[in-house]
Amino acid sequence: MNIASTSTGGSMSAQVAQSFGRCAYFIIADTDNIKDFEPIQNSAASAAGGAGPQAAKIINEKGAKILLTSKVGPNAEGALKEYGIKAVEGISGKVKDAIEEYVNK
Amino acid sequence: MKKIAVASGKGGTGKSTVSLLFALILSEDYRVKLIDCDVEEPNCHLFLEGPVKKQEPVKIFSPGFDLNKCTRCKKCEEVCEFNALVVTEKKILHFPELCHNCKGCLIVCPVGAVSDSYRVSGIVYDKSIDKKLSLRYAEQNIGEAKASPLIEAIKKDIQKDVQIVIYDSPPGAGCSMVETVNNADYVILIAEPTPFGLSDLKVTVEVLKKINVRTGLVINSSQKDNSILTDYASNIGLDILLNIPYSKEFAREYSRGIIVPDIFPGLKESVKELIKRL
Ligand code: SF4
Ligand code: SF4
Repeated sequence: MNIASTSTGGSMSAQVAQSFGRCAYFIIADTDNIKDFEPIQNSAASAAGGAGPQAAKIINEKGAKILLTSKVGPNAEGALKEYGIKAVEGISGKVKDAIEEYVNK
Repeated sequence: MKKIAVASGKGGTGKSTVSLLFALILSEDYRVKLIDCDVEEPNCHLFLEGPVKKQEPVKIFSPGFDLNKCTRCKKCEEVCEFNALVVTEKKILHFPELCHNCKGCLIVCPVGAVSDSYRVSGIVYDKSIDKKLSLRYAEQNIGEAKASPLIEAIKKDIQKDVQIVIYDSPPGAGCSMVETVNNADYVILIAEPTPFGLSDLKVTVEVLKKINVRTGLVINSSQKDNSILTDYASNIGLDILLNIPYSKEFAREYSRGIIVPDIFPGLKESVKELIKRL
């Protein structure tokens, strides 16, 4: 299963980004082997409007079923729910730690 | 027909005051229509009394989706510039507060699954004030996220015999202001001689430059020393049209809902002279 985290940069050592729709990167990792991860630039970050639903589309296309982030807006929340992606809010710190903690929980 | 918009970056600088003053003064000589484009917070009607002649709902496009016809091809989602649609296996999510009512989804759907449906975004009122002056204003429905569609509607269908149209703009330099000044022949900017006034004026001037419309400045609550505004105006070649001083007497009447142009000596003459140049 794939897990996504918002991220301030393109590596596992970056921080979990506060915003979902407008974060710089998503880190998509396989929960069975988190060393197998893919950083993707968030093209929704520069959208004039609707960054939230757009970002949900992006991580859905990458097969994410779980999202780690600080906060999800109401539009994004609706879209994530429709895609069947579980949003875990209130996450901060290093992306690597956040994903590991969630996976090993 | 001369169309004049009254705008300012900052709120509370006197847009409505100036719009009302101009409307009252100019309607002595011309047939004037004042349009209060601040549909989220209209106030001109509080100062002008008269019977409501017309009252009409404004409908804006809001797509509906027939999920049985829909093949989930996602063409609507792709065409939507505003990310207002999310197509999933189960359903189609439409976010009305992101939607710009452009009908792109309706046009692009290959199987006719998008319906041409509408919702009421507000009510437009036409009030007749006296023989030569009429007022149009609107009340936007609660929960509507964007004012532009209603502003666009409120500016349409002006009676042919109107000689001067005054658009009273909402505050700010965003979509609502741009929609208001769109197709105006002249934009009167209002600012007070304060640092905040200057800062917001600059932003508005920058936006208007892109629209390429003739502009001039009215200094409201003008002081002995207005150099904070006049220096800027002369630097960028912005015409200063009028100075309206602060008047306690005017403010007192205003707070009771009465506009008295005569409180300012010489204002009537200046405005009548000015309109010939705009
Ligand atoms: S009308 Fe335009 S903005 Fe609204 S959902 Fe359709 S394509 Fe998107
Ligand atoms: S374009 Fe029409 S058929 Fe295709 S997903 Fe949208 S509504 Fe469905």
